[in-house]
Amino acid sequence: MEKFIVHTGTAVPLRRSNVDTDQIIPAEYLKRITRHGFEDGLFSAWRKDPAFVLNQPHYEGATVLVAGPDFGTGSSREHAVWALQDYGFAVVLSSRFADIFRGNSGKGGLLSAQVDQEVIEALWAAIEADPSLDVTVDLERREVRAGDLVAEFDVDDYVRWRLMEGLDDIGITLQHADDIAVFEASRPSWKPTTTPVI
Amino acid sequence: MGRTLAEKVWDDHVVRRATGEPDLLYIDLHLVHEVTSPQAFDGLRHAHHRPVRRTDLTLATEDHNVPTIDILQPIADPVSKAQVDALRHNCEEFGVPVYSLGSVDQGIVHVVGPQLGLTQPGMTVVCGDSHTSTHGAFGALAFGIGTSEVEHVLATQTLPLKPFKTMAVTVDGALPEGVTAKDVILAVIAKIGTGGGQGYVLEYRGSAIEGLSMEGRMTLCNMSIEAGARAGMIAPDDTTFAYLKGRTHAPTGADWDAAVEYWHTLPTDPDATFDAEVVIDASTLTPFVTWGTNPGQGLPLSASVPTPDDARDEVDRVAIERAIEYMGLTPGMPLRDITVDTVFVGSCTNGRIEDLRAVAEILEGRTVADSVRMLVVPGSVRVKQQAEEEGLDKVFLNAGAEWREAGCSMCLAMNPDKLAPGERSASTSNRNFEGRQGPGGRTHLVSPAVAAATAVTGHLSAPADLSPVATA
Repeated sequence: MEKFIVHTGTAVPLRRSNVDTDQIIPAEYLKRITRHGFEDGLFSAWRKDPAFVLNQPHYEGATVLVAGPDFGTGSSREHAVWALQDYGFAVVLSSRFADIFRGNSGKGGLLSAQVDQEVIEALWAAIEADPSLDVTVDLERREVRAGDLVAEFDVDDYVRWRLMEGLDDIGITLQHADDIAVFEASRPSWKPTTTPVI
Repeated sequence: MGRTLAEKVWDDHVVRRATGEPDLLYIDLHLVHEVTSPQAFDGLRHAHHRPVRRTDLTLATEDHNVPTIDILQPIADPVSKAQVDALRHNCEEFGVPVYSLGSVDQGIVHVVGPQLGLTQPGMTVVCGDSHTSTHGAFGALAFGIGTSEVEHVLATQTLPLKPFKTMAVTVDGALPEGVTAKDVILAVIAKIGTGGGQGYVLEYRGSAIEGLSMEGRMTLCNMSIEAGARAGMIAPDDTTFAYLKGRTHAPTGADWDAAVEYWHTLPTDPDATFDAEVVIDASTLTPFVTWGTNPGQGLPLSASVPTPDDARDEVDRVAIERAIEYMGLTPGMPLRDITVDTVFVGSCTNGRIEDLRAVAEILEGRTVADSVRMLVVPGSVRVKQQAEEEGLDKVFLNAGAEWREAGCSMCLAMNPDKLAPGERSASTSNRNFEGRQGPGGRTHLVSPAVAAATAVTGHLSAPADLSPVATA
């Protein structure tokens, strides 16, 4: 994963609460064999409505999703995280996240940053007033900044460490690549390999 | 203090141990199939194209959703075809050996590994499939993993894991005539329950286990997961070594001697202690079948369908009522009165040559009942070839059974081999969940011998129930 220290981008105000993962990505998209390419499934039911916020051209290219409380409830599907990332989001801000979604997002490198609902309200107003407003999410300082607004956010210490180091679980294990190599060197020579025998 | 078999294998694979962290365990063999691997490969691709660390310890085969007829034709189901195509493409791109449809080494992943001699005592073996426990029959620590873990093993050849607890399952005494490994494991699951093994590695031990062939031991370890256990193991012994010797990937010469010397150190020390113990008297066992919709709902074939009054508690009563309704049974009816539409012989539980021999022995000179469709699906192409060399295919075909190509087939009905809604099977597979063999299908888990006898009579039967074959 890329290291996540500070992210700056434009934002989308998603004025909805209880955004469940069935809304984030419906079940019909789960048959796919890849872990990427889910952007067309993101909020696909809502996107059929031309008035839906993601269909408004001035929010095109936004990378920060500012959502209402209880984001990511319902089904545990990790596809919800993949779909948000594939669409281009790097950060979701909400005043409350569902546990499973938050865990999944940490694994995948999507930052779920929790702020007070009054911060969300202030951000919504500021973004709607100026859709080109840059929103900065500073993981090192646990701070979100937009125009005059500066607010702290909450994130799990371990997830923060992993994201700042740019480590997924595999990345963490690969930090011990030397240990793995040492172990491999000590494996008995008679242990089998799968190399086809001609 | 002494250590158990599982603890020894664990200790010998710890790459890194740190306080407050899970152990990092080295994986000796990673088996891959088409259903649980595509997102893992895709994950590697998107992480700056991480390589597979040890392609030489990784092996793929196509099994879960492949057809068992016309296998050299393009796969008709587009979703299945896409998954199989993805596996082939991923293996080519990442350099992983794959045995595809048409290869002589294709077959169910848990049949292929052992028959190639890749599964050996003291190894750690993983696969994105819960029935990886099968490989524990060799004294390997073998368990199923999820897709994220598949990716982790592909990238690092390790897994961070917290140690399992250990449970001894001791089966002493001689198995009565007609009682097989399948009957033993169904009885074990009925005794400890589908959650009884949760958090444990089971070690099967005792004279009845020592007397089993490797095929029987694989059947036993295979269904450890149905008792909730992550893995099942059996100490390696001369039976294990004799099975391995001469197989394609087994060590040879001085390597063989070194390996056997190490393998002899693996059995549980006499002073080792287990976290839990279960004891079963082999002499009390009889052919066992399931009547309900989870593998713990099993009884001796001589018993009757339970009534809700037999329930241990309220939760069990609801479970019995629901299972009886789904299965379309009458409380109190003798299990032998249950008629079946389909008999399925195959799967990673009972799709090996010994299983097919047991079926052929009973079908020889007999015919499958008119009301029954019987499918015999070998676990691998090698098993199919061996069976044909022995003429078993002729026995099946002459009896009126269908003789198919290798794959998982009707065990999980991801391919076209399915039960129709309401149809009832006697199946040598491992799961009798609602809809497991097709939506609305009803499954009774049985041994190969009971499957064959049931095919002849059309109702659940043991070989002892059959009249002798008339000799000319």
